[in-house]
This record gives sequence, structure tokens and C-alpha cells, in this order.
Amino acid sequence: MTQLLEKYPAEIEKILDKYPPDRKRSAVLPLLYIAQKEYGYCTPDAIREVAGIVGVEPTEVESVVGFYTLFYDHPVGEHVVQICNDLPCALRGSEQFLDHACKKLGLDKHKVEHGGQTTTDGSVTLESVVCLGACDKAPMMQIDLEYFERLSNEDFDRIIEEMLAKSNHG
Amino acid sequence: MKTVRSMVLVSNDPLSQARGAQAVYQRLEQEIAARGLTDEISLMTVDDVGRHDTVPMVIVYPEAVIYGPVKPDDVAMLVEEHLYKGRIASGLLAPARELTGRIAWLSARKGTLPAEQRIVLERAGLIDPESIEDYIIHDGYVALGKVLTQMKPTDVIAELEQSGLQGRGGAGFPTGLKWKFVSKAPGDRKYVICNADESEPGTFKDRLVLEGDPHTILEAMTIAAYAVGASEGYIYVRGEYVLAQQRLKKAIEQARALNLLGENIFGSAFSFDIHVHAGAGAYICGEETALIESIEGKRGEPRSRPPYPTTHGLWGKPTLVNNVETLANITAIIRNGAAWFRKFGTPKSPGTKVYTILGNVNVTGLIEVPMGITLREVIAIYGKGMKNGSSLSLAQTGGSSGSIIPASLQDTPMDFESFGKAGVSLGSGALLICDDTTCVVDLAKVLLNFFRNESCGKCTPCRIGTERAYQILANICEGTGTRNDLAQLTMLADSLTALSNCGLGQTAATPIRDMFKHFSGEVDAHIQLKVCPAGVCSMSGRRL
Repeated sequence: MTQLLEKYPAEIEKILDKYPPDRKRSAVLPLLYIAQKEYGYCTPDAIREVAGIVGVEPTEVESVVGFYTLFYDHPVGEHVVQICNDLPCALRGSEQFLDHACKKLGLDKHKVEHGGQTTTDGSVTLESVVCLGACDKAPMMQIDLEYFERLSNEDFDRIIEEMLAKSNHG
Repeated sequence: MKTVRSMVLVSNDPLSQARGAQAVYQRLEQEIAARGLTDEISLMTVDDVGRHDTVPMVIVYPEAVIYGPVKPDDVAMLVEEHLYKGRIASGLLAPARELTGRIAWLSARKGTLPAEQRIVLERAGLIDPESIEDYIIHDGYVALGKVLTQMKPTDVIAELEQSGLQGRGGAGFPTGLKWKFVSKAPGDRKYVICNADESEPGTFKDRLVLEGDPHTILEAMTIAAYAVGASEGYIYVRGEYVLAQQRLKKAIEQARALNLLGENIFGSAFSFDIHVHAGAGAYICGEETALIESIEGKRGEPRSRPPYPTTHGLWGKPTLVNNVETLANITAIIRNGAAWFRKFGTPKSPGTKVYTILGNVNVTGLIEVPMGITLREVIAIYGKGMKNGSSLSLAQTGGSSGSIIPASLQDTPMDFESFGKAGVSLGSGALLICDDTTCVVDLAKVLLNFFRNESCGKCTPCRIGTERAYQILANICEGTGTRNDLAQLTMLADSLTALSNCGLGQTAATPIRDMFKHFSGEVDAHIQLKVCPAGVCSMSGRRL
């Protein structure tokens, strides 16, 4: 189980270099980012490998994955769409925007609000999240951590369609 | 090998061009060549030097001398004096920039508002954040140079203490004192951490500083490290802030390349390096001990305090943790002095504060204003009044962990002291302005929903308390709240404050308390009359 090490030796070394040699555990978060980028989510194998690299038990790495919302311990869609539905956004209509997004993607709003839901074709995971720090430009969303601001329902349709068209060709 | 000893920049913005910048550039090229200096002097143009009163300008590095306005006929003298003989051509110096006004504004609307004074947002939006040259032109790394060549660590701390700067993360702890604690803490290794895990709902000031002026954070951290005796620094950036991470990493590489980070900075005995550590989506990691746990590669669960990070921080070593906005004040204070900084704000809360204005006002966005301005002024001047001419019914200051304040407090000066006296929190600087279409119970419900999601679950009062408080508030919004619920809510608020392990649980009680304190009439209407005065709550008769 050294797939990540074999594929990204330089990146991993650079990450480990940022921390004192006896504090390798600090590299858990950055290593999990690499794992997630590679496999789409933090797979059990990847978790074991990360644990091996930093020298802790896999269960400890697993507990870290479970703690942070940007790490997934289950497969998610090819694209992760996060709509901010916090107070300042809600005052600017993010609730209705979320309703529209759920409808457009054929998802259940309750599930989207409670941990997120993925489209049946596995292309998109939609999540309702708290503050993303773009409150004056609500409604807004992040797609794979890229910001999209001041959105209308039509904007959402267009952005999603373009994104899906691109990934189908790529 | 070609060794460049001076860098000469000519301003080349449209106004400079109109005033003959091109001719100045050509003359410089000729004069430098005529003196055989072409290999030693690098000549280039810059698009915008941030001021237009004295263009075209010629700026010479590494001395950072600014000449302007320069006419083509001045060039021969300039080259002879400064570049050939190494003396400053004082007759051509640009006049020092006067500080005008006291109010800053960052956006396209800049210029239409009262005169500017930025400290924190001094450069954000005005410079190319990916260019270290641009930063240097705008007084960048001058403070670090001053600190490393002219000041002892104790001088730096004394200057900061005199400035009266208080932590801008929300608590308002005196920054100089914190630095002093770390500098006096025994330990062979010390760390400086920049808390850039901004996730307070309604707050995005730190993101704009990181994205717009990353070098100021690096420079301030390096100054801090020199003052407290640290050798390594980490910037803990929120996982969602991808652009900020990229810009910081790029800035670090640029600074390393110029030896502004790394071994023996500026040829001094002082060495320091900075790394970016990305978070991964956890509000609680903004709490400094949770943040430290997270850098250590663990779940971001807060530690019990004391001991404080100033003595037992990252890997058990003395650690200085400062918020982005706090750090963004440092270079200006060092450059201009504590007395200058005290000209802004109030005697007990000097300086400026960056606010995000949100909600039912005509203009939303980011402002930097002196400490002590009132909410009424903010709404009238910067918010351009309430939307649709409605009136202010309440405001939420400082994000979820801040306060809900009634309209009656809109004339209270917004500074740490006055707000502290009024029993409300300035917090992170989010100002959510609400008119009478906002229901305070609904607002409190949304806030508790946030806290129950973000509670890390380590301690019971917070894990259970926030969940239970949310349910009760939800019932009140559905019209099924009872008197008994109110008593329970008060009890929950008390136990959240008294028993929670960290600030998250403790401040989760604030919206409940503020609601009872300032808006008991609205709450009563929900309970007794089963009416939501704002017409927001569904009052459906459901009970969770």
C-alpha cells in the first residue's frame, strides 16, 4: 500500500518537510487532500497508507476524516456543489436558490441539508453549508471549492449544464 | 555574470503616460547606457503606483526612494546623483504622502465616499497581490527592514504596546501583551501562527486581506517572530479559501527568493520561515487551541485552558496566535509609529476596524472605519440607508458568536470598551442589519442551528445544549412554545456559558440571552398570542 507515495513522492516529501521530523502526524490533513484528489474520497486503503506515512493507527486518521467536513469517507459525485445557506445568505434568498438547485438536479432538499445527496448518475453531490465568506454576494455557491457569486436560478442552470457538458467531453 | 545593484521603476499608468512617462523612460535608458551602467541597473515600468498626484514617478530600489513628478530633463541629474554617485537627488523627491481623512472603503465605489484612510486594507484591491515588486513599491518590507536593522525585540513589543492594538479576532486582547507573554515564555523553540480560519458567518474581511495583500501577513508574522523569538510560522487557512492559499504560497516563494524569509533575513542573524496549513472545514478550528490541534494532525477539538498557547501551544511550545486583521495592522504601526496609530479610533480602542455590512441596507460590502463609529453612521453613510426606507429593528454584530442588538443601541460607539460596557460583543466585525421583516426568534433559531452543526461534540453541555436549544426555538417558531420552554431555554443558556469547554458553547448562549434581554415582547407574542409580529415564523402548530 504505497500507491500515493509512488505516485506523488515529491509532493509528499514537500509536505512532510513543513513539520519537524518527530511531528509527522501534522501532515495528516494535507496528505488526506492528496488521497481525496486521487480517489475522489478518503478510501480505507488511502487512510491506511496515510496512517503508515505519518506513523499513527489508521483509526486515528479515520477519526480525523470524520471530523472535517471537506473530507469524505464515502464516494461523492464527480463535482461537489456547496450552496451557502447561512443567515446572511438566507436573508438574500439562498433558501429559494437551494430549492431550485434541488429541483434542477432532482434531489431531496431534506437530504441535501443533512449531509448532502448525490445525483443517481454520480455526477454531482449537492450540499447545503454554512458561511463560505461571500455574504455580500449571495446567493452563492462553491463548485469544487471555486466561488460562484450573485447567482440567479438561470445562472445555476447554465453553470451546471456547462460543467456537465465539459466533464462529459473530458 | 550580471549583478543588478539597483532597480528603477517608472510609473506607467495612463496619467503618467499622458504626462510624459515614456520620454522619462527613454531618457533613463539613454543616460544609464551613457554611463555604462546598463548591466548593473534594471529598468522597468509599473502600471500603477497607487498615487497620482506626483506622476510620472521614478522609484529606485533597494533604497525605495520615490521621485516625482519627474520631467525628461531631470533624468540626467537623477542618474548622475543617485545611480552614479549614490546620493539622493533631494530636489526631485516626491512630497511625502499626507494622511487625509479617516475613512476607508474597498470596492468599485471607492472615491464616492468620505476621504480615505486605510490601515488594514492599505493595499488590498490596489496592488497586484501576486507581485512582490508591487508590494515593495507600496512600502512593503520597509517595516521588516526597520525592525531587523534598528530595533531590538523588546523595542518592537514596546512600540506595539504603546499603539494599544487589540486582537481583531473578536476578543480584543491587547496584542502587545500577548507578544510579551510569548517572548518571556521559556522554551528553545517558539512558533507564530496566523489564524486565517475565518468562518464566522457574515465575515469575509480576512479572506480579502489574504487574497488582496498576502505579503503584509508574511511581513507581520516575520516581525512577530523576531519580537517573540520564534523560528517557524504557520498560516492556518480555511480549507474553502483556495485562492487565498494559492496566493499565500506564491507570496512565500517570492519572499524566500528575495531572502525576506529563510536563513539570515536581510543579512541579520535572524532566520524564520512560514508554511501554509490548510484546514478542512471545521468552524471550531478558529478557536486557537482547536486550531493548534488541527495543525498537529488531530481532530480540531479545543484544549482546556489554561495553560494558554502563549506558554503551551503548538507541540507544547510557546506559540503566538494572531488573527489576520490583527497582523494586517502591524507593518503600518512599525512604519508610522504608535503615536500615529493612536490618531485613529478611540483612546482605549485605537485604530480602525474592518466591518462587513450585510442585510437590509441599500449597499452591502466591506468597510474599514475608525473604532468608535456608531451603527447609525455606518448604516447612513456606507449602507446608504435602509432598504425600501424601512427602519432598523435589530442588528447582529460579530457573526454567530456575536450579539443581537436592538435599534436602541445604534448610537453606541462601536469599540471594545463601549460595546463591552453595553454588554454586547463587537466580535469579528460582521454587521447584519435587519429591518422589521426579521423575526428575532427565527434569527436565534438559525443561529442555534449553526452552533448545533458546528459543535465538535467533545463536551456534553455544548453537544446536547445547542441541539436542545434549537429544538425549543423551533417549537416557538411553530407556535407551540410554552412558558416552561422559556425557563428551560434560560437554564440551557446558563449551563452552556458555565460548563462548555470552549468559546463555541459559551457564545452559543448569547443569542438566547440577547433575545430575552432586548426582545421579550416579541418572544411573548410567539408564546402567549401565538403570533409572529414580523410575520416570518410559520406558527404551524407542529411540535418537534
